[in-house]
Amino acid sequence: MGKMHIKLTVNGKQEELLAEPRELLIHVLRERLGITGPHIGCETSHCGACTVDMDGKSVKSCTVFAAQANGANITTIEGLGNPDGLHVLQQMFKEHHGLQCGFCTPGMITRAWRLLQENPNPTEEDVRFGMAGNLCRCTGYQNIVKAILAAAAELNAAKEAAQ
Amino acid sequence: MIPSRFDYHRPDSVDGAVALLTKYGDEARAIAGGHSLIPMMKLRMAEVQHLVDLQGIDSMKGVSVAGGTVTIGAMMTQHELIANEALAKAAPIIREASLQIADPQVRYVGTIGGNLANGDPGNDMPGLMQCLDATYVLAGPDGTREVAARDFYEAAYFTARSDDEILVSVRFTAPKGGYAYEKQKRKIGDYATAAAAVLIEKDGATCAATSIAMTNLSDTPVWCEAAGAALVGSKLDKSAIDAAVAAMLPTIDPQEDNRGPVEFKKHVAGVMLRRAIERAASRA
Repeated sequence: MGKMHIKLTVNGKQEELLAEPRELLIHVLRERLGITGPHIGCETSHCGACTVDMDGKSVKSCTVFAAQANGANITTIEGLGNPDGLHVLQQMFKEHHGLQCGFCTPGMITRAWRLLQENPNPTEEDVRFGMAGNLCRCTGYQNIVKAILAAAAELNAAKEAAQ
Repeated sequence: MIPSRFDYHRPDSVDGAVALLTKYGDEARAIAGGHSLIPMMKLRMAEVQHLVDLQGIDSMKGVSVAGGTVTIGAMMTQHELIANEALAKAAPIIREASLQIADPQVRYVGTIGGNLANGDPGNDMPGLMQCLDATYVLAGPDGTREVAARDFYEAAYFTARSDDEILVSVRFTAPKGGYAYEKQKRKIGDYATAAAAVLIEKDGATCAATSIAMTNLSDTPVWCEAAGAALVGSKLDKSAIDAAVAAMLPTIDPQEDNRGPVEFKKHVAGVMLRRAIERAASRA
């Protein structure tokens, strides 16, 4: 029951590490790779604070073993934007007050990013249904939904302008 | 919340997975999406020394619709089932039910095979498969065998599958007529307080055939033959639906828990069945 050689692509960067199979993806990201954007919230696959994108799927990284993720392509909030160049979703969360304490926000935005790729023109209902795996205890969701709809409009306008 | 130590295996064939389950016996568990097993391992309520991950087995993926028969690979996720247009056309009740399971993140990894094989009375797919009269294909050391969904569930977490077998696919005849899956849950991500799967075929205005199954109202799903029979030959009017609900109630055996007392669950079961019959009838 030794350690395993694990390869991951995280935010475009190849990572190789030795980990026990029982280590959870969230622990590998935070403690071994120093990627602390995804948060540990409930640790029971309910709250979505640990959401990362794994091979094109939004997953709760507290409920994925590092061994299962071996070979996967992972995107976290760090891969979407940074303080000097915010992603449109981050900008819209800021403008529409889509966060207060900010604990759920990395998971929210990483999930919303995948949602908007699958459905670039969501209705409010689509957003609420598609974000149902992420809990926020501060905002009451109104402004989160507004921010995601605003980001969708902004991204679509940018796409049209580029054409 | 860190599980105890285990060895991890990722076989690339059903035979390889069965060989590992056979070799390690009680110490091994197969894992699909893992959203039932991993929480139990984290709580150390499930002790696993050898985890056999099925994600590398390509033959357990895919959906085929051929000659009126639908076959679904056990490793198809709920997200993939929802997105599959051929499946939505052949058996739209699968999409309707899948959309009511858990939340988006869980649906990306949760599989139909895990949902069916785990034997959790709270899972939605077992009742749905009983409603569809599906057949499960199990692979074991002596080859494959088939078990009807209506014969598969013995008690909570006890099924006809033995420890060295893997549920590899499920097969059913594409349903005709109207359908509905109605589920009452306290919140997103919760299991059903009560749920009903209903199929209805009509001949003119008369109900010609039905199938009805209830979820999370006993220690197994409940296929309600008598409730379905109460509708056949009727115009699906209020008295027929009342008779179907009355025939369903003695077949369920809900237990009091944090979703409510027994009487409440029976009440909700009746409401879900009534709504499902009405909606299925409107689509038939």
